[in-house]
Amino acid sequence: MRRPRAALWASLLAAMAGAATAETDPADWDGVLEAAEGQTVYWNAWGGDPRTNAYIEWAADEVLSRFGVELELVKQSDISAAISTVLSEKSAGKDEGGSIDLLWINGENFAAMKEKDLLFGPWAEDLPNWSLLGAEDNPALTEDFTVPTEGLEAPWSMAQVVFYHDSARVPEPPKTVRDLLDWTRANEGRFTYPQPPNFLGTTFLKQALLGLVEDTGPLYAPVSDADYEAVTAPLWDWLGELTPTLWRSGAAYPQSGPAQRQLMADGEIDIAISFSPAEASAAIANFELPESVRTYVLDGGTIGNANFLAIPYNATAKEGAMVVANFLMSPEAQARKQDPEVLGALTVLDVAALGEEDRALFEDLDLGIATLTPEELGSPLAEPHPSWMERIEEDWDRRYGAGQ
Amino acid sequence: MPVSKAAGSVREARILAAPMRPGRRPRLLPLAPLFTLVVLLGPVAAGLIGVLAPAFGYYPALGATELSLAPVRSLLAWPGLGGAVRLSAVTALASTALALGVTLLICAAWHGTRAFGAIERLLSPLLSVPHAAAALGLAFLISPSGWIIRALSPWATGWDLPPDVLIVGDPAGLALIAGLAAKEIPFLLLMTLAALSQIPARRSVLLAQTQGYGRVTAWVKTVFPRVYPQIRLPIYAVLAFSASVVDVAVILGPSTPPPLSVQILRWLNDPDLSMRFEAGAGAVLQFGIVLSLLALWRCGELALARAGTAWIARGARGRADAAWRGLAALAAGLSAGAVLLAVAGLAVWSFAGFWSFPDALPAGLTLRSWEGQLPGLAELTGTTILIAAVATIISLLLVLACLEAEYRHGLRPGTRALWLLYIPLIVPQTTFVTGLQTLAIGTGLAGPTGSVIAAHVVFVLPYVFLSLGDPFRAWDPRYGLAAATLGAGPDRLLWQVRLPMLLRPILTAAAVGFAVSVGQYLPTLLLGLGRVPTLTTEAVALSSGGDRRLIGVYAITQTAVPLLGFAAAIALPAVAFRNRKGLA
Repeated sequence: MRRPRAALWASLLAAMAGAATAETDPADWDGVLEAAEGQTVYWNAWGGDPRTNAYIEWAADEVLSRFGVELELVKQSDISAAISTVLSEKSAGKDEGGSIDLLWINGENFAAMKEKDLLFGPWAEDLPNWSLLGAEDNPALTEDFTVPTEGLEAPWSMAQVVFYHDSARVPEPPKTVRDLLDWTRANEGRFTYPQPPNFLGTTFLKQALLGLVEDTGPLYAPVSDADYEAVTAPLWDWLGELTPTLWRSGAAYPQSGPAQRQLMADGEIDIAISFSPAEASAAIANFELPESVRTYVLDGGTIGNANFLAIPYNATAKEGAMVVANFLMSPEAQARKQDPEVLGALTVLDVAALGEEDRALFEDLDLGIATLTPEELGSPLAEPHPSWMERIEEDWDRRYGAGQ
Repeated sequence: MPVSKAAGSVREARILAAPMRPGRRPRLLPLAPLFTLVVLLGPVAAGLIGVLAPAFGYYPALGATELSLAPVRSLLAWPGLGGAVRLSAVTALASTALALGVTLLICAAWHGTRAFGAIERLLSPLLSVPHAAAALGLAFLISPSGWIIRALSPWATGWDLPPDVLIVGDPAGLALIAGLAAKEIPFLLLMTLAALSQIPARRSVLLAQTQGYGRVTAWVKTVFPRVYPQIRLPIYAVLAFSASVVDVAVILGPSTPPPLSVQILRWLNDPDLSMRFEAGAGAVLQFGIVLSLLALWRCGELALARAGTAWIARGARGRADAAWRGLAALAAGLSAGAVLLAVAGLAVWSFAGFWSFPDALPAGLTLRSWEGQLPGLAELTGTTILIAAVATIISLLLVLACLEAEYRHGLRPGTRALWLLYIPLIVPQTTFVTGLQTLAIGTGLAGPTGSVIAAHVVFVLPYVFLSLGDPFRAWDPRYGLAAATLGAGPDRLLWQVRLPMLLRPILTAAAVGFAVSVGQYLPTLLLGLGRVPTLTTEAVALSSGGDRRLIGVYAITQTAVPLLGFAAAIALPAVAFRNRKGLA
């Protein structure tokens, strides 16, 4: 009796040890595919856009039929709830078998999760479709808010700051940060921006800062290396003049990008900022904005970045998540995503370097009435170092937010 | 005085009736309060740890394993703290007082009349509208580009563009106070109705009227003092809810600074994970604010009771009845009308094509928003109803067992300890649920529908208890005495006398519990690990995209589900007791 029981224990222990280390090496793609088959991938993403949700449902059907991977979308109103779950799992000692396999996050989330060792990887640079990105020539794909991604997340789409205006009321929108102030003076109460630290509101401050400083160099290094007061002085001077001319004289701000778009739809404001070049066209098609809305960018360029997919450190279906991320980077999935009828999100792929057939997928797209072509968008400006934004957000809150 | 004599005889009857026959079966009933406590103690303790630990710098998952006061210090350094605390306190007190005042005015002026029947019929739809939907609808109604101004523009106002006036989100929180009050009046009215069913209110008012009292004065002097103790806990719940509400405050409240509850959520949502310590400290402060507000309210009660007793004793008859009744009608009309129009606005939005200022109605109507959501709605509704029904039944059984044990065995001290159950209502839900989730993950329970139901019970049970407890205790034990003298044992007494007579408060409590469950967002999302989608999780996720059409679709669906429960609670007693005048 004793021997079999000992053997049983030994094999059980071996199985457990095996389970702990059985993660497939991302570089062994066949092994990844094999392990992924039959897995269920729980993808936590912001669920506020029915078009994105529908796109993810399409992707779910595709990865199920092609790779046998079940993809379940967990819709969040704010991705921080998903990060809370990862933290709760870590608190409870659940370092494997976690409930979230794939996360759609922004640069600030990424920096925080990377710092706290909450991410699995590196894996992204081992994906077969990584080679289609031309990542070596596009730093936006390997640096997220200047933080090196180091293969911990895979790019999903590109985003770039645009402004949209109601051309029926504003035929010639202001094309520089300084002109914007002249315009709001002439049109009091007709412009506002989401309240920082909302992502889009903070982006507006960054965009203004880049347009106001003489030398943008210090903004790309940690704030501690520079004279914060001196560098940001032009921003505060400008905001000091802008704020009294804002919607509600700056006594209230829309709380999110969608809330700002609603103000545009209600005729309360004439110009709005967006991080999605296709937002205006999509909103017109969805009856959310008047047909007279058009998109424009500032002279001197606007901030651009990529958004990414990451795998939590304790994910259950890591292989499945990698297969999904790789599929989403394929020319087919990316071209569908860039189709304005579907989503209109800019691709992360280096289209010029694709094969003829794949390239045609992108060149045949009709971008929609209020969307700029890639040429019109111009090459994006890089995001400043995140440490600047922490200081600026705090300062803004003291001057114009909670400290009002 | 006749009143105090009746109270005295009630007390005697209770003493006689309570310890009647010991049961023959194993005595499980006396253990009910203890069992309830034990079942809920784990979740409540875990939730409290979730609230307290980060406030004092303890969050192992973020590498913080030493207690410190740094989070408290950085909370105190936040420039908006004073304003945020003032806003939380003022809006909670003002909206609760306003809601209570209007509720009592309506009852005093109209209870027992035909007009009151109309108000009663409006109750269930008003109660069923989710708070966030009501707030979004109200915002659309009253904002400068909203429905009212649209209806008047440009023909009456001359406005082709909305005026730049701060209405929604005003720094004083007036819109927030109005919105909260409008939504809480139906709840307090429902609670008052359940309480009134245990009091011979009409006889008291008639008696006082024969002595020359005006109707309103008669109600306030003879009925109100007996109603108030029964609705005290619901009022406390409203006060605590108003001080910690997040969704309504985000939509209607100011943002520079926001109320503390909103700022806590902002910190929690901040990508910078170290902000979670500030959120923790903020949550503890908010807990303190709620406790202080409750204490303050209690002091106000005592002061008012003293002044009121003197006022009653002076014997003034009160003659301004017509004015009071007019005011009550106006207040009822305004508050009900606001919520109904708010929902109507969202209903129109759900069918709207493009709809811009100053058009009073959309340029075109379309079924697209509904068609896009319908395929998923049936399953979501099914899950929502299943979870709510099971959580409500469990809560109701536990509460009834506790109350019955208290009645039969005189377990007052045991049930007094049940105040612990109210903790989930007075601590900030955002951080409380994080602790709950950690417990569920640690024990391997998180994920399936079962753990979502368990988490719902934590929030539903206190509402069922506070809705049912006092009407149950107010039940006149002389009925029990009468039944006992006719030979009924304690079980028969329960099933054939007490429960039927308490049908109305029981159904009311169940309907409230059901609605509370339907409305749960964070507990459903976090305990279900996002894998148990309900109408509310879907609605909240989609609303974050800001499309009023989708918000409209879910507002209607989310209203329909609890409506069934409230309609049943209000209609069933009338059907069941159609030949028992005093009960129906």
